[in-house]
Amino acid sequence: MGGSGGGAAVAPPQNIMDIFVQQVVSGLATGGIYASLALALVMIYQATDVVNFAQGEMAMFSTYLCWSLLQAGLPYWVAFVATLVIAFVGGLLIERIVIRPVENAPILTIVIVTLGLVFILNSVAGWVYSYIQKPFPSPFPSKPIKIGQIVLGAHDLGAIGVTLVVLLLLFLFFRYTTLGLAMRAAAQNPASSRLCGIRVGWMLALGWGLAATFGGVAGMMIAPNVFLDPNMMTGIQIYAFAAATVGGFTSPFGAVVGGFIVGVTENLVGTYVSFIGTELKLTVALAMIIIVLLVKPSGLFGRSIVRRV
Amino acid sequence: MKRAGLVLVLAVACALPFFMSGFRAFQFTQVYIYAIALLGLNLLTGYNGQFSLGHGAFYAIGAYTTAIMIDKWNIGYGWTIPTAAVLCLVVGFLFGWPALRLEGLYLALATFSLALAIPQILKYFEHWTGGSQGIVLSKPKAPFGLPLSEDQWLYFLTLAILIVLFVIAANLLSGRTGRAIVAIRDNHIAAETMGINTALYKSAVFGISAAYTGVAGALSGLAIAFVAPDSFTAFLSITLLTGIVIGGLATISGAIFGALFIQFVPNWALDISKAAPWAIFGIFLIVFMYVMPRGIAGSLRLLWIRMTRPAVVNRQADRDVSSRSTPHST
Amino acid sequence: MSLSKRFVALLVALAVAALAGPGVAAAQTVVGVTATEIKIGNTNPYSGPASAYGTIGKSIGAYFKKVNDEGGINGRKINYISYDDQYTPPKTVEMVRKLVEQDQVALLFQTLGTPPNSAIHKYMNEKKVPHLFVATGATKWNDPKNFPWTMGFQPNYQTEGRIYAAYVLKNVPDAKVGILYQNDDYGKDYLKGFEDGMGDVAKKLIVMKQSYEVTDPTIDSQIVNLKNSGANVFFNITIPKFAVQAIKKSHDIGWKPLHFLNNVSSSLGTVLKPAGLDASKGLITALYMKEITDPQWKNDKGFQDWVAWMKKYYPEGALDDQSNAFGYNVAILMTQVLKQCGNDFSRENIMRQAANVKNFELPLLLPGIKINTSPTDFAPIEQEQLAKFDGERWALFGEMVDAFRK
Repeated sequence: MGGSGGGAAVAPPQNIMDIFVQQVVSGLATGGIYASLALALVMIYQATDVVNFAQGEMAMFSTYLCWSLLQAGLPYWVAFVATLVIAFVGGLLIERIVIRPVENAPILTIVIVTLGLVFILNSVAGWVYSYIQKPFPSPFPSKPIKIGQIVLGAHDLGAIGVTLVVLLLLFLFFRYTTLGLAMRAAAQNPASSRLCGIRVGWMLALGWGLAATFGGVAGMMIAPNVFLDPNMMTGIQIYAFAAATVGGFTSPFGAVVGGFIVGVTENLVGTYVSFIGTELKLTVALAMIIIVLLVKPSGLFGRSIVRRV
Repeated sequence: MKRAGLVLVLAVACALPFFMSGFRAFQFTQVYIYAIALLGLNLLTGYNGQFSLGHGAFYAIGAYTTAIMIDKWNIGYGWTIPTAAVLCLVVGFLFGWPALRLEGLYLALATFSLALAIPQILKYFEHWTGGSQGIVLSKPKAPFGLPLSEDQWLYFLTLAILIVLFVIAANLLSGRTGRAIVAIRDNHIAAETMGINTALYKSAVFGISAAYTGVAGALSGLAIAFVAPDSFTAFLSITLLTGIVIGGLATISGAIFGALFIQFVPNWALDISKAAPWAIFGIFLIVFMYVMPRGIAGSLRLLWIRMTRPAVVNRQADRDVSSRSTPHST
Repeated sequence: MSLSKRFVALLVALAVAALAGPGVAAAQTVVGVTATEIKIGNTNPYSGPASAYGTIGKSIGAYFKKVNDEGGINGRKINYISYDDQYTPPKTVEMVRKLVEQDQVALLFQTLGTPPNSAIHKYMNEKKVPHLFVATGATKWNDPKNFPWTMGFQPNYQTEGRIYAAYVLKNVPDAKVGILYQNDDYGKDYLKGFEDGMGDVAKKLIVMKQSYEVTDPTIDSQIVNLKNSGANVFFNITIPKFAVQAIKKSHDIGWKPLHFLNNVSSSLGTVLKPAGLDASKGLITALYMKEITDPQWKNDKGFQDWVAWMKKYYPEGALDDQSNAFGYNVAILMTQVLKQCGNDFSRENIMRQAANVKNFELPLLLPGIKINTSPTDFAPIEQEQLAKFDGERWALFGEMVDAFRK
């Protein structure tokens, strides 16, 4: 028979446990992606009470800036740190210049302003960098890690590690530093905070700066896998919202856990529930949001909102 | 005086299609369709304070109801509109019931999830929906042999439905029901204490709001003569939210202003910049929100108040319109 | 013949011409063309999720600029008007109506996407406006009997799927096929072609199908499932972004099936290289164009002309993006059709000339593939050739496959 003949050697069928573990591992890897952006989302919400629809686009734009720096010849870690600094300043400036004029407006007005940001960032990125996807380097080795029959990308593992480190830093910052305390105070009770001498306006700006930085980290961890293009964050932002909702918008820890839960559940349902299969994977992730919210309206780890009469 | 103004506007609206091309009539039909959808969303979010980022889902349900009824069962398009309304009313009410537990942000996210899942669900049930290929329809012809083109007939049909729905909404909102709805938004607990059955009202408003948007969807199915999952992405829900905020929350005229904005401003942005038109649109959005944080209708109302009652202190006007919700936790 | 008889014959001929003349002239409608310009309309997704394809619309504009610089067509400059429809059918309808009713273009060219084109399919035929060389691989654009004003261009996806199926049936004795497809019209069209090509044994031989959405970040989970199904043949229906992931992941987890890669993602530069040239060895695809990052075409005249054109007229376009080659190629075909019109730019004649292209060569088609259309054949390209990646280039093999006409 002509051609190259039948398929090459078929890998020995894995046992059920291995398949399960592999899907969980892959789910954790994807979940790590969701978690990193969810962290940034929750960060801004905690610091400023605003859901920033532009979080994903800010992350994407930061990643493009890093790409430009890399193109200019800077070594990876120099470009990485430089991008974090630029992102921080950028986030700060956006809050002070773009958000500040509507700080006291109804919440939906602020939401629309962040939406405007989304359009601007996406459109400018497309204009400057074009819409074709670009490869983005990973600081981690590309050879996969094999543990028995389970295969895990070194980058995926590295990205999860980075997310967890960021989470830890965030926790330490808010718990043990004065600045962190001041930020939390400014978010929860601006009036009283002012009375204590806290510059509430700058606390909000700081919150945005930090969130932009985390978003940048997320973007630079995500881009090697999904390729850099102006729309790279659209799908991920959806899942990040799902993660933050499931985990609770008031809990950074919850956001990360939420991300992992969404990633793993998605994969397991896609693999094992055949009538749903892969054609309804996204629907499953979204159904999860609704189910969690019905049982625990402020997310698994969120604090319930208690209203004063 | 207000009534005279309305009659004038109406007269102009009726005359327009005879003086403009079919294409313009089509664009204005689209504006009226959006206005109906925005009115529905405004009922829920503006007047009743329930944030919905998922009304694109009801728009899609309405459009597909029309498409499937015409394509699969050969039912006349006239019947599809009330069917879409009733179907969405029920679905909206059923969704509103569990949504009672959710507040502000979480409700927004739950509804957003609904909107996001819709394209995938539509593709899944492809036997009914035609899957990714969609369903092709024919534009309805003017009945009783009226000398109207298809574009003109759709224009008048949509305008007529718009007027009816607006009158219903105005009546709903001006009486005790309206005050109850707004009371629930402004102070949930107080309203409950006053004896308002907040659960029933909130779910009912959800249902009615969904019905309005479903009607808009049904009409859009007829106007575009094609439905496909790609027409009902998350972008649609976001566009609708943009429309009510720009138009003016908790106003009826805001629906028209918002509809005009979302229909025409993207095209203007394209005329201004071919390279990055959406950046221009984004700038438009932000500038609008700076200059008119209460939307076009809200700002016009403030302007009117300031002009006619200069003695009244400005703060009064500000307290009229919706305030920031979601107080912090203890 | 005697002089008088000739004279009578001439009179009769003139009489016939005089009678037939006004009737024929009345049917001609010249819209969008004057003595100095030809208006061509187009919609493309310049923003939104499909915006990566927007470069096709831009490259077409750049090619028409070249045509204009060289004098235009029969003394007329091309006025190319292209609007963004964001791949959303309602927007496409609005923009197309604008082009036809407000801008009064002569014809629509290379409108992109199956749902957008489906939305305007009926309208274009009702308005009798040439709807030419639509940029989609769906099968329904070759239907001159019912839709005489719409014509496709690229070999359709179902044909390609059938080609792969035929290969498997012929060459793989105990095939177990796994398929990864994008959950939309593009993915499902390829799938249908493949399943139709398999025929009765489709259900038996296809052991697993996995889908994904364009908004998914990765498809790693699907690849793992496909490997575990025991498949030894893999039909990879993914766009470039996911094709890279699929090739890489399969390689990483040690899955080495007979791997068919759909034509849409066959670019060496944007897919195989990032995935790893080594990991891509053995991949099979069906080609109809010269792949512009493939080193085997380095000295080919068609390729070099294209590069020169890119540098002069579309410098901001990427030299490793096959879409830019696609746009260039199809714009040449459009120019040819317009040239064939002579001085008669009525819509009827434009359509007639579009359906009258014989053995026309385009510089970036594979050698041996020619454009052919006729009043009953609205599929300009009907041939494809299989190619296998040998680590360096797409080595063409086998016979040129003539497409299955629908």
